[in-house]
Amino acid sequence: MGLNMNPLLGGDGFITTKLNSFVNWSRKNSLWPMPFGTACCAIEMMGVFASRFDLSRFGAEVARFSPRQADLMIVSGTITYKMASVCRRIYDQMPEPKWVIAMGSCTCGGGPFDSYAVVQGIDEFLPVDVYVGGCPPRPEALIDAVIKIQKKIEMQGAPLL
Amino acid sequence: MSFYLNSLLESLYSRFPDKVFDVKEFRGETTLYISKEKILEVCLYLKTEFDFKFIVDLTAVDYLEIKKPRFEVVYYLHRFGKDFEENFRIRLKVQIPEDDLRLDSVTSVWSGANWLEREVYDMFGIEFVDHPDLRRILMPEDYEPFPLRKDFDVRNREPSKKSFKRDLEEG
Repeated sequence: MGLNMNPLLGGDGFITTKLNSFVNWSRKNSLWPMPFGTACCAIEMMGVFASRFDLSRFGAEVARFSPRQADLMIVSGTITYKMASVCRRIYDQMPEPKWVIAMGSCTCGGGPFDSYAVVQGIDEFLPVDVYVGGCPPRPEALIDAVIKIQKKIEMQGAPLL
Repeated sequence: MSFYLNSLLESLYSRFPDKVFDVKEFRGETTLYISKEKILEVCLYLKTEFDFKFIVDLTAVDYLEIKKPRFEVVYYLHRFGKDFEENFRIRLKVQIPEDDLRLDSVTSVWSGANWLEREVYDMFGIEFVDHPDLRRILMPEDYEPFPLRKDFDVRNREPSKKSFKRDLEEG
């Protein structure tokens, strides 16, 4: 992208860019997260949305509990096998393009729960873009994950539909 | 309090001779071992005669390779009263042999026992006779093993994966 200030071309500033980059630029700055909170990580996620850490600084504050209005799924909390089908179903209901953050040790690899009921990492059934370790992670870590998603959208983007 | 407990025990002994086969006291807690056939009657008697209106908890223990019979179902009953001494909690235990896992349901006495018995069925596979709705409560409905039994490998995720796959296919 470049801002044109050439007086021969009017000089009032217009932008030349590719359509793809433009769409991805707008996408990355208005992520709509779908919070899938099942445990204590969700409390930390609420902290991220609230005033002290304020995810709206990165354009991703509109958390909707409807997957059809979201493009970023934040899975925060232990996922059991019984919950996994619900989680997968909600992911399937989100419109493309979509991204997934696995927040906390449980979603990354089962955490402390090496048991018959708990999924050992949600990448068993979901494509995960960013893993956030910690039990629970600090809000800064989740913000960092959102920034990493933004970078990913900027670099790789998503196909124009 | 001890007077009250003694009268309770005497009353139980006279009402159910040979059916309350052991009484244990430990740190001020009373445990009554009840024979399997009489648990429903004893529960009803305790509720109507001694006002044990509240079933605090109903759970089970698996004593695999530690003692026989293998299972014990445990009932915690509570009665409320005006005075401190009248508030009293008692523990009943029923021994269940491995080859006959059937036990009378106490849902007709306390409806609160409904989900507790379902949980015990879910985790230990003890069948409560005359339970109104004996289904699994925590694990998926098509789950086969009983996970809190001591001979179940706690890291065995295969049955859960199977149920999960079926869930996905059915949508």
